[in-house]
Amino acid sequence: MKVLTLNFLTCAVKTCKSSSDSFPLHPKDAELASDDVEVNPQLLVNLLPRIDWNALRTTSTELGFPQLPEQPPTAEELGADEKVLKDLHSLLIETQIMEGKLVCGHCGHEYAIREGIANFLLPSHLV
Amino acid sequence: MSRPEDTLAADIHYDDVEARKYTTSSRIQNIQASMTQRALELLDLKSPSLILDIGCGSGLSGEMLSAVSEEEGGPHVWVGMDVSASMLDVALQRDVEGDLMLADIGQGVPFRAGAFDAAISISAIQWLCNAENSDTSPSGRLSRFFNGLYMSLKRGGMAVCQFYPKNDVQKQMITSAAVKAGFGAGLLEDDPNTKNVKLYLVLTVGSSAVASKGGDITGVVAGMDDVEVQDHRRKGKTGKGEIKKGSKAWIIHKKEQMELKGKIVKATSKYTGRKRRIQF
Repeated sequence: MKVLTLNFLTCAVKTCKSSSDSFPLHPKDAELASDDVEVNPQLLVNLLPRIDWNALRTTSTELGFPQLPEQPPTAEELGADEKVLKDLHSLLIETQIMEGKLVCGHCGHEYAIREGIANFLLPSHLV
Repeated sequence: MSRPEDTLAADIHYDDVEARKYTTSSRIQNIQASMTQRALELLDLKSPSLILDIGCGSGLSGEMLSAVSEEEGGPHVWVGMDVSASMLDVALQRDVEGDLMLADIGQGVPFRAGAFDAAISISAIQWLCNAENSDTSPSGRLSRFFNGLYMSLKRGGMAVCQFYPKNDVQKQMITSAAVKAGFGAGLLEDDPNTKNVKLYLVLTVGSSAVASKGGDITGVVAGMDDVEVQDHRRKGKTGKGEIKKGSKAWIIHKKEQMELKGKIVKATSKYTGRKRRIQF
């Protein structure tokens, strides 16, 4: 599971829909892997306004990456600075969570990740 | 042809054997590829986007999304959801590029609002019309799915869902659930009245999705060849509200009703419904 996807995932439990704690999900015991993917600047520029930067900062700290700057880079900075682009690309697209758990901050439900696939199936009483 | 939807739940039907059969069949691969191509054509994406693949299975459709060339606005990044672990296992072995999730779309779409540019679904949503146990109902599953999908798409986003309805009732059930969730919806039928008929449910979020194409769902197919638009939406007001009580039309309508019941009714003339002049 890419860090990019994690930035969009919320808890699927019905009672968590209205709570702000259900996003972002917190990775636990995460085993990371890095894939080689070609940099796609246009894609990152498209995605940038939709990324929740605060959530991304939390996630990257929890995964043990260096602290991200407080403000997200602007589209111009991405275009101008190759390093910013590369760093963002390697964090969002190349970093994969292979094994571990995702924990909801509101209800505490744990979603298991195995071989990079998160299990979001819920028992019917939580739907 | 038999429908697997009628006999088993999706996650049980697609076991290891069935998932492998499905993925290695060149006939299914061809059909899936052409349907994905058609869906991409309908989505008309201009730049690399984040796409949700609903019922991604072994990633046959997802592969096409990753393979879109740079000139055509690709390659897209996709996230796939599927309920069958065996299908996802095959996808893992085939080393697809998208992110995979084991999730039941009838339980909702667990993404935050406005996450995706577009969504695509090939031969999946008809499974929602089956409830596997007594806790769930098809209508509940459909509404949870469409509400979740509506939320997770950005304003101005689009979704194209190809599906195989069992009959007109299912078709109606699926489209009305989509409209209820807030989508602008249209059905595109390829090869109508043949055995190979393919139905595409085209969904738009917000009016800006089709603003550049005339602001209407029919604008999605505007530039395409060989597409005939049939608009079954009711134009303006329905007949019922327009007849004013006490008017001539209303009286004639009432007389017709009475006549149908077998009552004796005076013949309609030019004086019917006229005010009587004050004589004194």
